[in-house]
Amino acid sequence: MTELDLLYSEVEEDLRSAVRAVLADRCPPQAVLARCEGQEPQDAGLWRTLARELGVVALQVPEALGGAGASLRETAVVLEELGRTCAPVPFLGSAVLATTVLLAAGDRAAGEWPALCAGDRTATLAVTLSTAPDAAFPLGVRADAAGALTGAVGSVADVPAAGLLIVPADGPDGPGLYAVDAADVTVTARGSLDLTRPLADLRLEAAPGRLLVGPDQAEAVLWEALLTGAGLLASEQLGLAEWCLATTVAYLRERRQFGRVVGSFQALKHRLADLWLDVAGARAAARAAADALATGSADAAVLVAVAASHCGAVAVRAAEEAVQLHGGIGMTWEHPVHLYLKRAKADQLALGTPGRHRASLATLAALPVPGQLPRLPHV
Amino acid sequence: MTTADELVTRTAGLLAAHDPATTDPLEFLRARFDAGLAWVHFPPGLGGLGAPRALQAVVDAELAAAGAPDNDPRRIGIGLGMAAPTILRYGTEEQKRRFLRPLWTGEEVWCQLFSEPGAGSDLAALATRAVRDGDGPDAGWTVDGQKVWTSSAHLARWAILLARTDPDVPKHQGISYFVCDMTDPGVDVRPLRQLTGEAEFNEVFLTGVRIPDAHRLGAVGEGWQIAQTTLNNERVAIGGQRTPREGGLIGILAETWRRHPELRTHELHQRLLQGWTDAEVLRLMGERLRQQLAVGQPGPEGAAAKLAFARLAQELTGLEVELLAEDGLGYGDWTMSRPELVDFTGRDAGYRYLRAKGNSIEGGSSEILRNIIAERVLGLPAEPRSDKDVPWKESAR
Repeated sequence: MTELDLLYSEVEEDLRSAVRAVLADRCPPQAVLARCEGQEPQDAGLWRTLARELGVVALQVPEALGGAGASLRETAVVLEELGRTCAPVPFLGSAVLATTVLLAAGDRAAGEWPALCAGDRTATLAVTLSTAPDAAFPLGVRADAAGALTGAVGSVADVPAAGLLIVPADGPDGPGLYAVDAADVTVTARGSLDLTRPLADLRLEAAPGRLLVGPDQAEAVLWEALLTGAGLLASEQLGLAEWCLATTVAYLRERRQFGRVVGSFQALKHRLADLWLDVAGARAAARAAADALATGSADAAVLVAVAASHCGAVAVRAAEEAVQLHGGIGMTWEHPVHLYLKRAKADQLALGTPGRHRASLATLAALPVPGQLPRLPHV
Repeated sequence: MTTADELVTRTAGLLAAHDPATTDPLEFLRARFDAGLAWVHFPPGLGGLGAPRALQAVVDAELAAAGAPDNDPRRIGIGLGMAAPTILRYGTEEQKRRFLRPLWTGEEVWCQLFSEPGAGSDLAALATRAVRDGDGPDAGWTVDGQKVWTSSAHLARWAILLARTDPDVPKHQGISYFVCDMTDPGVDVRPLRQLTGEAEFNEVFLTGVRIPDAHRLGAVGEGWQIAQTTLNNERVAIGGQRTPREGGLIGILAETWRRHPELRTHELHQRLLQGWTDAEVLRLMGERLRQQLAVGQPGPEGAAAKLAFARLAQELTGLEVELLAEDGLGYGDWTMSRPELVDFTGRDAGYRYLRAKGNSIEGGSSEILRNIIAERVLGLPAEPRSDKDVPWKESAR
């Protein structure tokens, strides 16, 4: 096992500061809240800023292709900051899931990079958001010999209004990953639990597709994309949990009842100390997963399963504790904590639940499932 | 600054001058101390070279490869982990020269006389009195009181001792820190049998124990601040070791699971996977802490590691007893004994289950650690205290 680097480098801290400053300016909680009921739930202007001013939408893409030539470690740091603000941008779908497939597609994806790196276009991976890395290859869409795709995919995240869809489909020679223009697909927005990451149902009727990854590699590449997504989502969950903890601590240091600051009551302090401990664990686990993915470590699948199961649960707990410990104000639409609760709960399902990731350790860590129990007599 | 190469050379010199195969182990350890290779981060003349702490591993690896004897650090953990850093920071030159060498070689075992029946989590409430007996050059202190939960007291030559020297000031201000001679006739050590059947700990009764003033550490009344150094080092010692994946309790449990398909149930499997994940997260947290220390950015994760370890150890040991079914019903040996070491992994599951209950009590209870995290890391205010500014003798106890 190679040594994991679990710290943040100076370059990564600088990147974090730059992203945080832009998000503080462009993405305050009240603005996010106002946007999620508007006509444009995702913030295209912010995306262009992230692409053009900060250059963070293609961090792990080589410089020769127009990217930053950095690694998934840096991408993970950006996700921490996006999680901290519940930023309504298609980063997970475009900069993580789709980008992983496009990088694996090599020359076949060459034409896509200029518009993606410049922030003129976004992409997403057309899978149901709850798909786990170890799920069977989705067969809801068929591709014919001419590359026309027909079928449906429900609850896809980060679907661009006019951009690129990467569609897993059952082709004439087996499973493949196809590039499809979103304009050629019927996109129906659906109500989503997470107000800041909208979902859409896709309907394809002989939509023109271009094969990116053929049957020999399609399953492996889809697995890699979903594994990368699940592993980096842990960093988003970490940032979200950190916001919930910090915001709740700040509130409990001000709020007074019974003639004293309520944060001085042990019943509340102990809950926050336990939460802080869980967040410290989440930081180590998320960094471990990001580092293992960045270096292509053979241990990446184990560390992703650990990070996804731990961080997914910690983010939900942090958001639930934040709602409870804010009292009545935490129940209001006006206070932004509900945005975090909804994001955390949806993230818990996204790319595999904590339980599903833990279950994958039965194989990955050789902790086999029980066999059949003996039959009861007379039954 | 000392480099790794210099340490390799220096270690080779020690080995050449004192062949471990033919040298008495104690003589070897004394020579190692005198060569500055005991704890390289200590100052020259006191077993070290003033080198970075991380370089100790270089020396240890060279010596282990040469088959050199070690000082059995687990047997003298209180001396190494608690007494030594405190003596180094607060001791006089004479105290450092007298105590550190035999402490490190293991010739003299140390114990810790802090907790009392009436002063556990509220350690500053301690009631053991030290009264000054005269003012001349032979003046010293007479100590009376009772201490408890003292591991190694029956083996110890010396103790670090907290005693009240001024009952007329608030409780944190009237405490002083001493080195107590455990062979003094006024020291009575009695085993304290615990729920595992054995007696790891002792009660220590102090009756008219005489301590020369030269064995006081730091100034009179400074004992509480000095004790913080000791206790912080205890928590680092408990939480700071590096472990491989499946090191420790989870490894025992996972092996039992793999060897015994007939014991597996779905409910236990869910808990096993949860425990495995929790153990791995804690391992990564410890590793992150280690990396932070190595680059000189110590984080507050130290207190957290002990809290998390206690929770995990209790979950895993309980699970192991359930998994073992018939074997979980048994217990190896209830005979009263006085072990020198706490050996978690060498005994049976029932012992581990019972012993782990102490993990959330010893060295700062989990409840106190949560207060520390909440107050010192998160900046939440302390509970109001009625006894903080009241002279100790008038405070409610």
